[in-house]
Amino acid sequence: MSTVSSLVPRLIPLQHTTEQGSFSLDIDVAIPAKGVTGLFGESGSGKTTLLRCIAGLEAGSDTDTRAPHERGIGYVFQEPQLFPHMDVRANIEYGLKRAGKARLETDAVVKMLGLGALLSRKPGDLSGGEAQRVAIAAVLLRSPELILMDEPLASLDQRRKDELLPYLDRLHDELSVPIIYVSHSIDEVCRLCDHLILIEEGRVVADGELHAMLARLDIPMLAGRNAGTVINATPERHDSDYDLTLFRFSGGELLVPGKYDSTIPNMRLRIAASDVSICRTRPQKTTILNVLPADIDEIQPTGSSTDLVRLAIGDDFLVAQVTRRSVTNLDLRKGDHVFAQVKSVTVRR
Amino acid sequence: MNVLGPLWLSVQLALVTTLVLFVLGTPIAWWLSQTTSRWKPVAQTIVAMPIVLPPTVLGFYLLILLGPHGAIGSWWVQLTGNALTFSFTGLVIASCVYSLPFAVQPMQNAFEALPRQTLEFAWLQGATKLDAFFSVAAPMSVRGFIAAAVLGFAHTLGEFGVVLMVGGNIPGETRVVSIAIYDEVETLNYGAAHQMSLLLLGFAFVVLLAMFLVNRRWSAR
Repeated sequence: MSTVSSLVPRLIPLQHTTEQGSFSLDIDVAIPAKGVTGLFGESGSGKTTLLRCIAGLEAGSDTDTRAPHERGIGYVFQEPQLFPHMDVRANIEYGLKRAGKARLETDAVVKMLGLGALLSRKPGDLSGGEAQRVAIAAVLLRSPELILMDEPLASLDQRRKDELLPYLDRLHDELSVPIIYVSHSIDEVCRLCDHLILIEEGRVVADGELHAMLARLDIPMLAGRNAGTVINATPERHDSDYDLTLFRFSGGELLVPGKYDSTIPNMRLRIAASDVSICRTRPQKTTILNVLPADIDEIQPTGSSTDLVRLAIGDDFLVAQVTRRSVTNLDLRKGDHVFAQVKSVTVRR
Repeated sequence: MNVLGPLWLSVQLALVTTLVLFVLGTPIAWWLSQTTSRWKPVAQTIVAMPIVLPPTVLGFYLLILLGPHGAIGSWWVQLTGNALTFSFTGLVIASCVYSLPFAVQPMQNAFEALPRQTLEFAWLQGATKLDAFFSVAAPMSVRGFIAAAVLGFAHTLGEFGVVLMVGGNIPGETRVVSIAIYDEVETLNYGAAHQMSLLLLGFAFVVLLAMFLVNRRWSAR
């Protein structure tokens, strides 16, 4: 089945312009027809407006004249919009009945989202996280061509978020339907997305594959607290004496606190730029567990006190946030061999 | 018989009027709740007019309009051979105009209270606008419909001035209970007036009490 067309990734074009008072949206971008695309930007940047345009809920210059019910779009709102007079089963089957086709079985979706015990409840008796799971199940059973998620975790407290996130992981892993996931949390994006669109004041600032985007130093939105990369690594063995797991990635090994299942390949490790420092020589007698030989790939002068330095390790990249003074003192230059000290690694999935 | 006849006619009139108001008032209320048209205030004003106008003013214009030489009345005579004034049908039309705001406003309030995104979710789940109205908007507005029915019914039951102007006092046709009471008082027949007044008083109390109880049960859920 390896035809030429299957090798070229299919793209979904998104072209939308609209004016709302002083705010204008002008988007022309394409997203992969598979996987999760993160739509990342501050509140007021036009993320929700873009989703509403895609869904046909917003007046604007839209070449698509179909009414919302004809578009095959699944929309997960920030606040789950369930029908209060129907029980959970009727809610999740509402779209299924109207879709005329079923790509997924009700039972499979109920199981996937853990709704078995909730089916005869009314939406008023559900917690925020449960209601959001019901809304997601309803959207999945509608067999949409594209799913839009507008900060589905934003209205939940941290505990409910942690409860719902594994279900979103499963959507990512088990579904072939493309998802656009709106967020202003870089952590959620790093965990759930494969592709990233950055949006500011109604315009696309940059877009591309997640790992590559995070390794870019020239995007102000990805500087500061958001700076850092994601590398894929596979847990190899657990050291029970110290409760550390050894992960292997293209550039070597990383020790991460906690125990991780070695049967899951390609877990995502998030390394924030503020947790990476650079040494000219291999540091001796340090408390930092992870010291990796690396090459300086690029230095982005910011003009302020801190610079961003991209380090190439194997096929992966780390970004280090270091003071401009250190860059001068150590005379760091592109192509130099250095050692990266990684203070903290977060397992994102 | 003297007592129950007019009462039964009143109930019949109120029932038919309420039914017609459901059919006519629901689309008007829905349109008013959803529109962003600049004509909305004008439309709202027209619907609300019967609340402030004296029934005699309304009755006077309806008498002209429905009369054998009026715009609607002459057309009706051509169509059926009968006059609309001083007939039950004429009373129904007059009552619908008179009670329209009492049915439309509770429904409109209920529709306006619907969360916009819930409707949008229904559309995105594949429902046409009509489908979404019947499957989501209407069931979520049950309290508005109950209030509209009760108020429309009760208000029609209590009307006097308009009926007097348009319907007159024909037993079995237009002699509703409020007219009959007035008539009995005029002829100093206080006994019959008492009977009918008390029945009406009790009826109004029971109907309104039932509505408030139902509302309380719904909001407690």
